[in-house]
Amino acid sequence: MRRLGLALALALLAAPAFAVRPDEMLPDASQEARARALSQGLRCLVCRNESIDDSDADLAHDLRVLLRDRIKAGDSDEQAVAYIVARYGEFVLLKPTTSGANLILWLAGPAALLGGAVLAFVVTRRRASAPEAAGLSEADKARVAELLKE
Amino acid sequence: MIVELGHFALILAFVVACLQAVLPLIGAERRDPVLMALAGPAATAQFLLIAVSFGALTYAFVTDDFSLKLVVDNSHTLKPMLYKVAGVWGNHEGSLLLWVLALSLYGACAQWFGGNLPVRLKARVLAVQGAIAVAFLAFMLWTSNPFLRLAFPPMNGHDMNPLLQDPGLAFHPPFLYLGYVGLSMAFAFAVAALIEGRVDAAWGRWVRPWTLAAWLFLTIGITMGSLWAYYELGWGGFWFWDPVENASFMPWLIATALLHSAIVVEKRESLKAWTMLLAILAFGFSLIGTFIVRSGVITSVHAFASDPTRGMFVLAILAVFVGGALTLFALRAGALESRGVFAMVSRESGLVVNNLLLTVACFVVFIGTIWPLVAEILWGRALSVGAPFFNAAFMPFVLGLAVILPVGAVLPWKRAELSRALKPFAGALALAVAAALLAYALTSGRSPLGPLGVALAVWLVAGAAIDLWQRAGRGAFGNRMGRLTRLPRADWGRALAHAGFGVVIFGVVALTSWAVEDIRVLKVGESYPLGPYEVQLKDIRDEPGPNYTARVAEMVVRKGGAEVAVMHPAKRTYPVAGMATTEAAIRPGVFGDIYLVVGDPQDGGGYAVRSYLKPFADWLWLGGLMMAAGGVMSLTDRRYRLAAGARRPVGVPAE
Repeated sequence: MRRLGLALALALLAAPAFAVRPDEMLPDASQEARARALSQGLRCLVCRNESIDDSDADLAHDLRVLLRDRIKAGDSDEQAVAYIVARYGEFVLLKPTTSGANLILWLAGPAALLGGAVLAFVVTRRRASAPEAAGLSEADKARVAELLKE
Repeated sequence: MIVELGHFALILAFVVACLQAVLPLIGAERRDPVLMALAGPAATAQFLLIAVSFGALTYAFVTDDFSLKLVVDNSHTLKPMLYKVAGVWGNHEGSLLLWVLALSLYGACAQWFGGNLPVRLKARVLAVQGAIAVAFLAFMLWTSNPFLRLAFPPMNGHDMNPLLQDPGLAFHPPFLYLGYVGLSMAFAFAVAALIEGRVDAAWGRWVRPWTLAAWLFLTIGITMGSLWAYYELGWGGFWFWDPVENASFMPWLIATALLHSAIVVEKRESLKAWTMLLAILAFGFSLIGTFIVRSGVITSVHAFASDPTRGMFVLAILAVFVGGALTLFALRAGALESRGVFAMVSRESGLVVNNLLLTVACFVVFIGTIWPLVAEILWGRALSVGAPFFNAAFMPFVLGLAVILPVGAVLPWKRAELSRALKPFAGALALAVAAALLAYALTSGRSPLGPLGVALAVWLVAGAAIDLWQRAGRGAFGNRMGRLTRLPRADWGRALAHAGFGVVIFGVVALTSWAVEDIRVLKVGESYPLGPYEVQLKDIRDEPGPNYTARVAEMVVRKGGAEVAVMHPAKRTYPVAGMATTEAAIRPGVFGDIYLVVGDPQDGGGYAVRSYLKPFADWLWLGGLMMAAGGVMSLTDRRYRLAAGARRPVGVPAE
């Protein structure tokens, strides 16, 4: 009955998720929700590009249990993740940090957009103010008038 | 014997491709009609030879010819026939053969349906196609030959990866490859035009149907891949920003930009340099995708077996073709002088913004995909770039595109007044906001992304409808309705594709924001509530399959006491491959899917059951198909059908 209530609570809180087994789930619903959210940002180290929340691998299971142990022990979100990163390296983070060279990664998009926008603006402005093809000369205009009269 | 014929046909195709790559180019330079005329028959011959080769490989798989190493590694006598055939391309070498088959098919189509092309341009286009074929056939013959034999054939094979034994395998790769390879045609057109030194409105007209064909196949391929992942992988995810998924998405983004850019070249003779670059980049990203998937450089669920020599070869192909084309572009930049003049606010500038957003979005995806590699090489850091990064970095571009699209699509060419253009959209804006408020009210407490996505979707669909309505002219309502039906197919295609984009956004947002999920242990006979339904686990039994044993659960879904569905999720074990797969039971519906997965038996006698309600899931793939359908409608527009086989008017002597 308690499982029913727990699962109901999860159903109301959770985003879609994946490989968590019923025996892993924490009794406290809010802690479990925190664990789910954090797991989606942690990589399963033996899988190919899956989070521990998605993966069925044993290592993913171990990491999920480890994360939940840290949360149960009272760690905040940052502390729990830092604990895992300290042991597995930044490879385990699916959202890359902004430290050092990673800044290039995060800023590349906005920089390219800005640069491209400036370029497009300049080119379009030049195009907009380009002189149009010269109109008809007076003699041509007279000819057109004559031809139209016929 | 047949397999040897297939092997020989492949080698012959390589020789023909070499001739096709060189002779028509010389002929076009020297204006020699004989050499130029070689291109067409060479393209046809190349296609026929590769088709024979492909047929031979399929024959080997179908007849379980275990003297072939490829069949041993990927097949088994007990494998169902569908997967014996589809398994031809479920591996590296076979899929390469599919690749060159698609390549030669496009070349042959350029010969069969390219009657409207001037002779010199066609000769050069086919020559470039031939050069690409030379590269890939060499890659196959030297590093990835599907026809390698084993001296001592075993009695049976190793069976195919169970995850691939699914109808999706029959459709997803062929469509995807038709898309990738079709972009080589746009590339060939661009390079041919650069060699000739002339890019004009006519060129824009000729390149568009080929780009459209490639684009729509790629759209279908990506949509099917997403659908396949949804029902196969067991948790209803549909996009993971996996490097191989990105490898198909990047060419798609560039192809979309190219499609729109070619319109400007055709209608206004502007944006020539942009379009050339996009055509080169589109195929470049196709090649980069090939490199990512087949070199083992990046780890992914999708990747083929890794081998450094293959990776180096593909990298060399990439460097030669893209580097060569870009060099040519730099040399011929002078020939790309645009003639059109347009204002700051106009459809041209709208399309420039479109190009900018799509290209930078592609760049962002590219950087995210190769960053782990770059970080490891340059700074020795092992790090991951996953879905959180891509979602955060990519969403703003979708937002920008979705907001601008409806207005940009109806702006007049050359010069437009923004206030005047925005007036008809007041209604659409009101409708979008109302829909968002409704969504917010219905799903309060959920992610705020939901109402935003609904607003964007309604904005896009309403915008497409306004686009069509405006094209139906002015006047009485009845007249306008009549004129609507007489609009050219390209207009309907455009509206359908743009509306499809809106539907995709709706599907994505609904799936990610409003899904309901439940994980529990269930004993046989127990039931539990799932949203408005009640689900009961009635029975679990073992059932044998052709090459697997399955543990099938029978689950009854009821709503308000009445039985709604009986669903059978299963877990299959493939003994030869030594792998298990989860077969989810999905009940599709207009308003959402019921998605049930049964897992392992737990201590205590129950089974782990995972259930989801996926609202509006099918709208996601419907939207993708709508976009592709829009492409098909545009492709079958009268101007392309007429141009191909137009009868010349018979001259009547003047009285």
